[in-house]
Amino acid sequence: MSFYDTYLEYENFDTEGFLKEVKEPDVLGIIKKNKLNHHDFLALLSPAAANCLEEMAQRAQELSLQHFGKTVLLYTPLYLSNYCVNRCAYCSYNIDHDIKRKKLTYDEIEKEAQIIAETGLKHILLLTGESRIETPVSYLVEAVKIMKKYFDSIAIEIDPLEKEDYQRLIEAGVDGLTIYQEVYDEEVYKQVHLAGPKRNYHFRLDAPERACEANIHNVNIGALLGLNKWQHEAFMTGMHANYLQNKYNDVELSISLPRIRPHVGGFRDVYPVTDQDLVQVLLAFRIYLPYVAITMSTRERGSLRDHLIPLGVTKMSAGVTTEVGGHSDSDKGDSQFEISDTRSVEEMRKAILNKGYQPIFKNWMAI
Amino acid sequence: MEGFNIGGKSLKSRLLVGTGKFASYDLMKQAIEGCGTQVVTMALRRVNLDHKEDNILEYIPKDTILLPNTSGARNAEEAIRIARLSRAMGCGDWVKIEVISDQKYLLPDNEETVKATEVLAKEGFIVLPYMNPDLMIAKRLESVGAAAVMPLGSPIGTNKGLQTKEMIRILIEEIKVPIIVDAGIGKPSQAAEAMEMGAEAVLVNTAIATAQNPVKMAKAFELAVRAGRLAFNGVTAPQAKVARASSPLTGFLHEGEA
Ligand code: SF4
Repeated sequence: MSFYDTYLEYENFDTEGFLKEVKEPDVLGIIKKNKLNHHDFLALLSPAAANCLEEMAQRAQELSLQHFGKTVLLYTPLYLSNYCVNRCAYCSYNIDHDIKRKKLTYDEIEKEAQIIAETGLKHILLLTGESRIETPVSYLVEAVKIMKKYFDSIAIEIDPLEKEDYQRLIEAGVDGLTIYQEVYDEEVYKQVHLAGPKRNYHFRLDAPERACEANIHNVNIGALLGLNKWQHEAFMTGMHANYLQNKYNDVELSISLPRIRPHVGGFRDVYPVTDQDLVQVLLAFRIYLPYVAITMSTRERGSLRDHLIPLGVTKMSAGVTTEVGGHSDSDKGDSQFEISDTRSVEEMRKAILNKGYQPIFKNWMAI
Repeated sequence: MEGFNIGGKSLKSRLLVGTGKFASYDLMKQAIEGCGTQVVTMALRRVNLDHKEDNILEYIPKDTILLPNTSGARNAEEAIRIARLSRAMGCGDWVKIEVISDQKYLLPDNEETVKATEVLAKEGFIVLPYMNPDLMIAKRLESVGAAAVMPLGSPIGTNKGLQTKEMIRILIEEIKVPIIVDAGIGKPSQAAEAMEMGAEAVLVNTAIATAQNPVKMAKAFELAVRAGRLAFNGVTAPQAKVARASSPLTGFLHEGEA
């Protein structure tokens, strides 16, 4: 059994037809329910629901307060390497692109860690492009050992691994995994993942589950919004999160809603996702899965991020650079995509306080 | 007001306060100070000693008893490790055992809670286990050395009040260590109700932290807890008297009494 079985159940479902049939009173009824089923969730992604955003927002806020209170956890990503063997149509790290490649040495990793640690952050997310040769598990294990000196919580966003490899990293001190399916639609997946191991849809789809089996503490999933119709992708993301939470009760789940950003590359076949669409997805997630954490990265602009805090965002990145060595080195590797919210950790801290929320630097420690 | 005892410590305030979910530590501090609580619980995993603004300990009044909780523990072993670390970090001997392996409803795992309580009580901790109200489990917790038992009124954060009232009432009747109702209390009247039933104390977090005005709400809880306790103390004695004076069936037995 894998989430793929659930995916197949809905593969030929007439989503468009269903969405058209939803009426505003249906939506208002659904948001009052204690427990939503799959179809209720899908209805929240309908055009009718788009007319009920204020009502949805109020419900989402109520649920967020209940589960998370007035708090937002801060973290930052640290790019270890931009070597990648894949050809993803939407990404600057694509092997075909003539960008400046770089992989941090252990000394450089330590230097970056020191500089980030000075900002007070305790949660770090280690990222690499996907290359087993440049960034094998052994390299990551060493990086994690260095990180442990500076941070209380270490998450990874790397190529999908086997369960045993996840176990190795967890033993070394990793407590979180971020892995985006990018696009759940299998056809579109093949179209945008042109070559490389990432073309293996199934190995990626089941990666979060393998990490759960390896007893990881938290898992963050998401679809890259813009590669396919957002209603489909948001629906599958929510279903995936629900599947994982039901099967692995004790894992803390998070969802991210990354929208595609400018990058070095030719992919232009984007399905637009407006701010309003993004808000609708966020609210639908919160109402369907009130207990999941929701992450909002610096891909989005500062003013929008601030407005999303009271709607249910519980984790935010700050002080971000997507360049390898971007925190310390003048000899940096090129970035994965352009970020939009460039505020420092201190600026983010103040912005969250200004919103009447508490910025949290530490919410976890490996024990 | 008469006090009560946990682990050899006599406490006057019967309101324990949780520290999660506040909009700021300043607000939390004001709420704590304003309601006169003597015991404050916090997630040990959130204690950030390296950061002044994010270090919760800086905002908890010095004379307050810290009750670190093992939030984030998924089994007894993790809870035990967190408790030991908490003592090593200087957070004292008190610990609230929270073992939760269900992230949806955040319901406690009673079995693992008993295991952790037993080990930690033997190590000299003052152990306050958070539990799903069940008489047999409460008895086992008591017998393995729990200093108090903390049944939930309803799931964490739901503000639904005393959904488990009847079970809690049985615990109050049968368990000798203090019963502290923890979780689910959403408004002062519900806290008063728990106290009227005879709970020794209540622990409140979400209802205070996420209120429009947490400082006022903390104060309201303080008053409600006091009122509830007064009612508990006040009502029981007269009840017996009234019953005797107006016994319609056996009153004749006393007819000749002076
Ligand atoms: S998205 Fe990931 S796998 Fe694809 S090219 Fe970029 S870094 Fe490589």
